[in-house]
Amino acid sequence: MTTAKTLFDKVWEAHCVQPESDDFPAILYIDLHLLHEVTSPQAFAELERRNLTVHSTKNCLATIDHSTPTSAPNALGERDYVTAQAKNQVDTFLENCKKHNIECHAWDSEQRGIVHVMGPEIGATQPGKTIVCGDSHTSTHGAFGALAFGIGTTEVGHVLATQCLLQRKAKSMRINIEGELQKSVTAKDVILHVIATIGVNGGTGYVLEYAGSAVRAMDMEARMTMCNMSIECGARAGMIAPDEITFEYLKGRPHSPQGEDWDKAIKQWSQLPTDEEAVFDKEVYIDASVISPTITYGTHPGMAFAIDASIPATTDESDISSLEYMQFAQGESILGKAIDLVFIGSCTNSRISDLRHAAAVMQGKQVQVRTLVVAGSELIKLQAEKEGLDEIFKAAGAEWREPGCSMCLGMNGDIGNPGDLVVSTSNRNFIGRQGKDVRTILASPLVAASCAISGTVSDPRTQEQAA
Amino acid sequence: MSNNIFSSKTFNLITDNIDTDQIIPAQFLTTTTREGLAAGAFFNLRFDDEGNEREDHVFKNFDAKETAILVCGNNFGCGSSREHAPWSLLDLGFKVVVSTQFADIFRNNSIKNGLLPLEIDKSALDYLEANPNTQLTIDVANTKCEIHGYDSIDFPLDEFSKYCLSNNYDQLDYLMSQKNKISAYEQRA
Ligand code: SF4
Repeated sequence: MTTAKTLFDKVWEAHCVQPESDDFPAILYIDLHLLHEVTSPQAFAELERRNLTVHSTKNCLATIDHSTPTSAPNALGERDYVTAQAKNQVDTFLENCKKHNIECHAWDSEQRGIVHVMGPEIGATQPGKTIVCGDSHTSTHGAFGALAFGIGTTEVGHVLATQCLLQRKAKSMRINIEGELQKSVTAKDVILHVIATIGVNGGTGYVLEYAGSAVRAMDMEARMTMCNMSIECGARAGMIAPDEITFEYLKGRPHSPQGEDWDKAIKQWSQLPTDEEAVFDKEVYIDASVISPTITYGTHPGMAFAIDASIPATTDESDISSLEYMQFAQGESILGKAIDLVFIGSCTNSRISDLRHAAAVMQGKQVQVRTLVVAGSELIKLQAEKEGLDEIFKAAGAEWREPGCSMCLGMNGDIGNPGDLVVSTSNRNFIGRQGKDVRTILASPLVAASCAISGTVSDPRTQEQAA
Repeated sequence: MSNNIFSSKTFNLITDNIDTDQIIPAQFLTTTTREGLAAGAFFNLRFDDEGNEREDHVFKNFDAKETAILVCGNNFGCGSSREHAPWSLLDLGFKVVVSTQFADIFRNNSIKNGLLPLEIDKSALDYLEANPNTQLTIDVANTKCEIHGYDSIDFPLDEFSKYCLSNNYDQLDYLMSQKNKISAYEQRA
């Protein structure tokens, strides 16, 4: 019997109100419950129907992001919602938060943002916490060494009413990424490469831990991009061990522990990393130095390849119909294909470093296609404006919009036209996600900005040389 | 799913990686209730650009009374955590979804709403693909499924889910009954 534990084991065990048995799932205590307008109304309604109250409001944190417009408000401060129903959804949510005394960052808050951008930014996301949200990209928060995963609306109700969830423990997989990244290769390229390597359902049933020198070298924003997309290979969650980079990031944020509590927290957090002897159910090894700027060519994130590669031959029926939808052929390169739209944003890539990357490419140039740049939060928007990034985007002809999910899932009305080929820094290239018959290529902000400038699918490495 | 034995015919929609955006597109997510979502289920398969029903769409002759079992390809329900996905399938009239592998969150969401995710192996799926409209007889309590003309198979389902599904047992009631343990945990922490 070994007592060595993984990061996941440690966080899991510390939160078991009751461990799992053959017959019963574990009762897992949740430290932070993030809420937004889309997946919560039916849960609040259920609470009401059963005459229950919120168990612990201090563990809840809310924002509005999914169905909110990204156009600026008019002179009266009114927002242009896509439908009356969308506005009703937001209003209902704000009422629910008020009624149940939940801290909510709405239009009047400088801290409002995409839920997975906001949590870390205000220091609510911390190592060792259990974090859930009615949104699959909750895995983002794992970048801090938290156990964070998406839940459905019924479970949102469970957590509201009891601060607990019924859970079976997942298996563990460590993804070791060793070596140095090439120039123009960012966390987005790494995670697309990982998903292509293990497959779009390669992580199903697992909690992933990203480890290795390439991950250790990443800043927190890059780590969040990695963990954000864990769900895209089916994993329940993705985690990265907390270290000095994590602590440095969290220090002094509004929700971070202060003073003595901070020192205590650091001590605790330092115990979290996986013990040397710990055994994972599965280990994967990836050489960081071979990763190129990586994009997708199909209709799920596992259909990803080096930007200058050719589409692999396939006999798989679903891959074939996927290529048909994309209007791409086996064996061809998609470099140079004309595009219609670029979206830079989403909880995957809308942080200040992402915007800096995009601005560096666009500086002094003109975009050739409609380009939406959407910061992940009000604070990021302010920061970008302080640095003059907004001026660079606007001078290049791109749209600088209000923070929110925007074209990541297009439920606020930000969508492409049927048939459009979109280069997007978001996380899903599913059929119809960015509008009916819209074809999505997932890419890093560097790649997306290069594509915007050339109006085609283009490699940031060669574009740089040409400039 | 209730207590006893459930029997119905299969309805095939066999493609791999059917994601939640295909099951119910995002424009239907602004609702604040869980009813009526059948209108949005597989919307882009059923309706054209103008919102008119497609001539030949797969659900054209679908009758939930006859075929309440949806058979799909591998990795069904991947993508978002939206519970609107199982709600819309239930609202269409499905009671069971069959696949060789379900995405985690979709699987959880289904069980919590009484939609049975029935996992089978590839050869059983191949049989169902070749034989649309096959009668399945499902015994949830014993996790057995009789595929007419093929075989009787066991399917995976943990004890608690089995109990909940076959007794219409509510998981929130269970959690509420454990509140003293939860408070004790909170005191300790
Ligand atoms: S940006 Fe996209 S993935 Fe992220 S929370 Fe919003 S809709 Fe979900």
